Amino acid sequence: MRVLVDNLGAYVGGLGTTAALTVLSFALAMAVGVVIAGFRVSPVVPLRFVGALYVETIRNTPLLVLLFLFVFGLTKLGVLYGYFTSAVLVLGGYTGALVAETVRSGINTVEPGQAEAGRALGLTFPEVLLRLVLPQALRRVVAPLGGLFVALIKNSALASFVSVVDLNSVAEAVTNRTGRPLQAFGIAGVAYVLLAVPSGLGVGWLERRLAVTR
Amino acid sequence: MRRQPGHRFRIVGGAVVVVLLVLAGCSSDTGTIESPGTTGGGNVRPAGGPFDPGSVMATVADRGKLIVGTKFDQPGFGLKDPTTGKVQGFDVEVAKLVALAIFGGTPEAVEGKIEFVETVSKNREPYIQTDRVDMVVATYTINDARKQVIDFAGPYFVAQQDIMVKADDDSIKGVDDLNGKSVCTVLGSTSEKNLRAKAPRANVVLFDVYSTCAEALADGRVAAVTTDSPILAGLVKARGSAFELVKNPFSDEPYGIGVKKGATEWRAFINDQLDAMFASGEWKAAFEASLGQIGLDTPEPPSVDRYP
Repeated sequence: MRVLVDNLGAYVGGLGTTAALTVLSFALAMAVGVVIAGFRVSPVVPLRFVGALYVETIRNTPLLVLLFLFVFGLTKLGVLYGYFTSAVLVLGGYTGALVAETVRSGINTVEPGQAEAGRALGLTFPEVLLRLVLPQALRRVVAPLGGLFVALIKNSALASFVSVVDLNSVAEAVTNRTGRPLQAFGIAGVAYVLLAVPSGLGVGWLERRLAVTR
Repeated sequence: MRRQPGHRFRIVGGAVVVVLLVLAGCSSDTGTIESPGTTGGGNVRPAGGPFDPGSVMATVADRGKLIVGTKFDQPGFGLKDPTTGKVQGFDVEVAKLVALAIFGGTPEAVEGKIEFVETVSKNREPYIQTDRVDMVVATYTINDARKQVIDFAGPYFVAQQDIMVKADDDSIKGVDDLNGKSVCTVLGSTSEKNLRAKAPRANVVLFDVYSTCAEALADGRVAAVTTDSPILAGLVKARGSAFELVKNPFSDEPYGIGVKKGATEWRAFINDQLDAMFASGEWKAAFEASLGQIGLDTPEPPSVDRYP
């Protein structure tokens, strides 16, 4: 595996960048997703509208289109972020829409009696949501959220299109240097699996720990 | 609500109809062209051949189509018109002249026998190696590293690498000034290699195509774009007066036609055609019709390198 040995430093660097992209984007996605889910279930109609609009537009636009619109389109309006930052923002915002839907379905599985009891005790809607419903809802949707995390690991490859040096970008550069696309991308594929499989196992462990025992 | 009989059939049938309509509406992703060409002259050439059976020329002649990899976004060399789907430029004209030697006819008619496939810089070697194209004419610089994996006919043009900056920027006068600045070029190009070699402390930003680099320069994300001067000239012309060339070239870039490694007969055939078009004036006519239109002076043709 000369290709691997000669380019090990580049691949490790790419792996680190992909991992950083994924982790940062997912953190943003969780924050965005919980907020948007909260909007969608709130009693305030304008908030529900904003939440629905966000999810429907972002979820139905291809990620690459969003990325290019953000990196090249928004600059015309004066919004200029670095390439890595832009990738994190777009990946996080996009995955956030998917997280929102997942969290919302989790909220819907929490017995309505919980929210009613909360209201009866005099809690405000944000308090009911944050202290009562969300902790129960999130525990139920750990598996789908884990699936979104693994999907994000793979989606992060699109960042290479805006000149972020991640695993995909390294594989392309190595292909060019060596003329061996099968090996170059094969190694990258294995690296992605090395990121995804432990994540899947970690999510499984988390799910078992947080399982609601009745 | 009681299900109507045939309810499920209607849903599945509807889905099948939608899928068929989508497939029918999808067009191919290669640029086939069918409008008049830009090389002058209506001489009808006889078809070439007979070709050795098993040679690439015979395969192409039997197939009735020459598959050429070229750029789709390079003004002057290979630029696809989004409204007509036609690819135009110097690389396209050279490919047409090679196709004429196989199929015969006129430059206008032979266009219908060429299928153009977009080969961005990093795809050129993979597409040749996997037989997705018969040859690549795509601002393809000849160098020893590439000769390890593919073969080159030509050169058919010698360009030089230069730098493009915003029109009011005087801080960059040559390649040494690029150190410490953000410079954009394309992944997998010799421009990238030369840049890293000659300005090792430059911050290199890489994209797939030069048009994206031009966008990044316009937005102020990078200070300069570097590649061969004809490509830059096309980009400068396309944007009015926003950009300018530094005009301090720092390397020679001989453009060749990429073919599969070991395809000696095919390479010799193409070299013969290049020699013929240099001598007959067709090369100069093709240059004037394409690169001449974006302001480049017609040089003398180079001499073909028939390395063993």
